[in-house]
Amino acid sequence: MSQPTVEEVADAMYDLVKATHGKKNLKAMDLTKAMIEKFGDDAVDKKLCKLAIRQLIDSGRCIYSYFGGSFITLPPDEDSGG
Amino acid sequence: MSEKNRATPLLDELEKGPWPSFVKEIKKESERPMVRDLLGLLERSYEEHIGHWKHGGLVGVMGYGGGVIGRYSDLPEEFPEIAEFHTYRVNQPSAWFYTSDALRTLCDIWDRHGSGLTNMHGSTGDIIFLGSKTEALEPCFADLTEAGFDLGGSGSDVRTPSCCVGPARCEWACYDTLEACYDITQTYQDELHRPAFPYKYKFKFAGCPNDCVASIARSDMSVIGTWKDNIQIDQEQVREYAAGGTDIEAEICEMCPTGCITWNGEQLVIDNSECVKCMHCINVMPRALKPGKERGATILIGAKAPIIGGALLSSVFVPFLEMEPPYEDLKELAEAIWDFWGEYGKNRERVGEFIQRVGLGNFLEEIGLDPVPEMVAHPRTNPYIFFDEELEEDEDE
Ligand code: HEM
Ligand code: HEM
Ligand code: SF4
Ligand code: SF4
Repeated sequence: MSQPTVEEVADAMYDLVKATHGKKNLKAMDLTKAMIEKFGDDAVDKKLCKLAIRQLIDSGRCIYSYFGGSFITLPPDEDSGG
Repeated sequence: MSEKNRATPLLDELEKGPWPSFVKEIKKESERPMVRDLLGLLERSYEEHIGHWKHGGLVGVMGYGGGVIGRYSDLPEEFPEIAEFHTYRVNQPSAWFYTSDALRTLCDIWDRHGSGLTNMHGSTGDIIFLGSKTEALEPCFADLTEAGFDLGGSGSDVRTPSCCVGPARCEWACYDTLEACYDITQTYQDELHRPAFPYKYKFKFAGCPNDCVASIARSDMSVIGTWKDNIQIDQEQVREYAAGGTDIEAEICEMCPTGCITWNGEQLVIDNSECVKCMHCINVMPRALKPGKERGATILIGAKAPIIGGALLSSVFVPFLEMEPPYEDLKELAEAIWDFWGEYGKNRERVGEFIQRVGLGNFLEEIGLDPVPEMVAHPRTNPYIFFDEELEEDEDE
């Protein structure tokens, strides 16, 4: 598989956060591991994932939250459960 | 209810006695509605013996994953002014040096945006602003950055590094703790603001083994100043201490933990090869003794100071490291640790606990450090030691 862009990885991360929302909280490393799994370790590395997380947070699509540790979640207004 | 002061008979008890009282200090600001509700809620907690704060997940400002501790009261109807009462951690300057102007600036910002109550400083070292509404977070942060301040760490990130006063005021400093603390803080801005670790990671910089920032008890990476060569002795000054009534034999020689000092009434002799740098002799006779000239730091890993149980001291990883900017070796070690612990550490597992779980041998192998005798914290208590792996490696060679 060819190397995905930062945006593509950020999109894939966003999809994962959305899919697991309300079921499982994910940490930055969980997202990183999932992306390496998805795209392959020759296509993405920790560095690229770090940039993608930065993109995800700075764009406001996701936020950091604290539940006895730091997790990456959807912002409260998209929290369908309220 | 927040219009007037309510009775707080239980809190008032805490104003009695000769010691400083946080109740007395908080009451000085009780013309503020937030502060009145705070006192009311606290009185309620003392009456009911339960806390009334909850977390709520909020951690920072836009883009940040730390620096704000979200706090909400579980009695918002009764205490509306403090329904949201978030804490900011503001990154303190190295060794807590301020101009009075900087202090006024901070206080003015906090008067405009929050309760006006501060804690100078929190245990990790940050300037603590206590009590902000959610809507005030971004404007307050904007004013702080405008004035040259930034938020510190919280959650699973690099926590705000801190250091002892070091060479700014202390002649025992074996490296520039302020510079190192500042450099590491700046280098790791990303790790500080964007939590990506299993749990917190604290750096603390002490200039000498006196360890005035208690780095060995509470930092994942303790950087403690030390020296390689001989303790500097001014024999004339030693004789003056003796003449002045210091019992050198009893107070120095007999209290040296390794018994490596002798005194014949004229000359003090130290067997430096046996000295463990405990600082005792230097602390007792500061005019006569000084750390050596070949100075650097010992890097220790893995302390944690939890509230309930399971405290760990950090233990030696690198016996001696030169501490000159840009601190490449220190950074390389920190990053190697983050890489391994970051990937395999469990949520809320500090690096010290992680090392206990995976074993020091495996940990060293992964981060690429060779074992040295100084890493041995105490004689082994486990007789099951297997040398097969090393033997096999030898055979391969
Ligand atoms: C002159 C005779 C002996 C010498 C010099 C000797 C020496 C030692 C040494 C150096 C150790 C290792 C201690 C450590 O790991 O910290 C040890 C362990 C041990 N020895 Fe001996 N030993 C002697 C006789 C015996 C005898 C006669 C027995 C049993 C009948 C015995 C049973 C053990 C056991 C079970 C251990 C392991 C202890 C533990 O796991 O804590 N030893 N011995
Ligand atoms: C049914 C019989 C036995 C049972 C169930 C038993 C069980 C155990 C257990 C559970 C341990 C601890 C192992 C560990 O710490 O991981 C132990 C250690 C030990 N046992 Fe036994 N044992 C038995 C018989 C014996 C006999 C007959 C001897 C000696 C004649 C003996 C000598 C020892 C010694 C020296 C140790 C310490 C080993 C070390 O620390 O290196 N045991 N045993
Ligand atoms: S740790 Fe050492 S260098 Fe730092 S202030 Fe204390 S005595 Fe001085
Ligand atoms: S520093 Fe401590 S161990 Fe070293 S000579 Fe002085 S008292 Fe002894």
